[in-house]
Amino acid sequence: MKPLRVFATGFVLHFKNLSASPFMVVTAAIWPLVYATLAFLMFRATHQAPSLLYAALGAAVMGIWSTTATSAGGAIQQQRNWKVLELLVAAPSPLILVLAPITVAIAGIGVYSIVTTLLWGRLLFGVPFHVLHPALFLVSIPAAVLSIGLLGLVLASVLVLYREASAFSQALEYPVWMITGMLIPLSLLPGWIHPISWALAPTWGMRAVRRAALGGAVGTPLLVCVLLSVVYAVLAIVLIRHFERLARERATLSLS
Amino acid sequence: MIRRKPLEVEAVRGISFAVEQGELFGLLGPNGAGKTTTIKMLITLLLPTSGQARVLGRDVVEDPREVRRRIGYVFGGDRGLYERLSARDNLRYFAELYGVSGKAQRTRIDEVLELVGLKGREQERVEGYSRGMRQRLHIARGILHDPEVVFLDEPTIGVDPVGARELRTTIGDLIAAGKTVLLTTHYMFEADALCDRIAVIAKGRIVGEGTPEALKAGVAEGRVTEIDAFGVDDAAVARLRAIAGVTAVTVEEREQKQLLVVQTTGERELTAPLLAELEGFEVGRVSTREPTLEDAYIALVTAE
Repeated sequence: MKPLRVFATGFVLHFKNLSASPFMVVTAAIWPLVYATLAFLMFRATHQAPSLLYAALGAAVMGIWSTTATSAGGAIQQQRNWKVLELLVAAPSPLILVLAPITVAIAGIGVYSIVTTLLWGRLLFGVPFHVLHPALFLVSIPAAVLSIGLLGLVLASVLVLYREASAFSQALEYPVWMITGMLIPLSLLPGWIHPISWALAPTWGMRAVRRAALGGAVGTPLLVCVLLSVVYAVLAIVLIRHFERLARERATLSLS
Repeated sequence: MIRRKPLEVEAVRGISFAVEQGELFGLLGPNGAGKTTTIKMLITLLLPTSGQARVLGRDVVEDPREVRRRIGYVFGGDRGLYERLSARDNLRYFAELYGVSGKAQRTRIDEVLELVGLKGREQERVEGYSRGMRQRLHIARGILHDPEVVFLDEPTIGVDPVGARELRTTIGDLIAAGKTVLLTTHYMFEADALCDRIAVIAKGRIVGEGTPEALKAGVAEGRVTEIDAFGVDDAAVARLRAIAGVTAVTVEEREQKQLLVVQTTGERELTAPLLAELEGFEVGRVSTREPTLEDAYIALVTAE
């Protein structure tokens, strides 16, 4: 069994399955336009073109996180409702390799929001789309998506046991926007929040994406984003192993 | 915080059975008897609170991954598939999860599609499949990795008669291919036709075990008299049960009609005494036949 192959196949097929849902795609593509419009109107007051792109990228990543926060938790419950969760657990592949592609595919669906948000900004607000480091930009986007998907996985792992946890996962949508700097610069937030922001990989993913587009050192935020993503993956492995065992003890895998 | 007290149910109590290699073993029992719980413990989805279960010599608690690798699991119903993906994509995904190598995947997927009769329809999305087609796809998924043991939990439930017959043929093909199969079903004729041996579970315990013939002979010796009747009350049924030589009486409500199934020892002709106790009620057709597996099953389950 090749873990990377299992992950890649799972990602492609879950992405395909999610993309076949008009509701999922339309939500991912249109929802962030509202955030983007609000952000453009706020930032336009500064009369600085880079700020508008800053806002556009922030709104796009907000869209990715929103899709993940609202759907990653629900994804496990959805597998339950489809009666697939038991079949996935009954397979010999480690459960992390089964669940991670689901949450990363959900975050991947958020990529639709990047395309629509940038187009929206260009067509309606004349936001210039000029990326300083295109190659780094193309690396930063998947890094940010992966980090958000793995944060979603940590939340989703709790759902293997606790069906009610999806409400908690959804409640994290707005706070994470705020404390990861997606909407407003971190420097505007109180100092005591900064350590929490630094512990969240999307903070660094967002920073890498913006610096790749607007200028600044991309290496450090990109590296920290990847390292924190690895930490999330390890945390998810531990949590999933624990919750899978509890779910098998308490017979909650088939409950819907 | 309001904390709900977890509900504890003792679903299975000290059952013990062994299935031989290449055998088709049936688990029968009413709803809630513990059949699915037993299967889920054997396929490692549930952890037993005590006792030991081994599949192909591997302990299901100590060595779940090795057990999972060597078994297949199929349940009845039309869910358990990715509806918006094609049948081939569903199979491709599970082939990957079961470690079927990339090279072998295409050949193996084609083989199982052929076996379950879905060749030519594999590119269609599952959401357009009939219930019977979904069930056949389930079986294809369950045997994709060529498992030695296949667990089938009510595989024909809700499938139309033609589809169910095709599924039974597929199950027969599995045995012909050397697989060991553990089957649960509510359909007695299905168990009678397919199973080499059967265990009957009621209230979490095994109440009978053996070949279908042995169960029929051992539990329902004698004969069965079936009487069509109208409006027979509990008191009359109790009087029938009290007749010497009657071992069990069940009443099946069939719209306005009732079917009284009376099991007797067969030592003497009881038609006349039975009809005498039903005097005053409208009685239709009366027939006598050999006991079936269903009679044996009902006798075992109701005796508990």
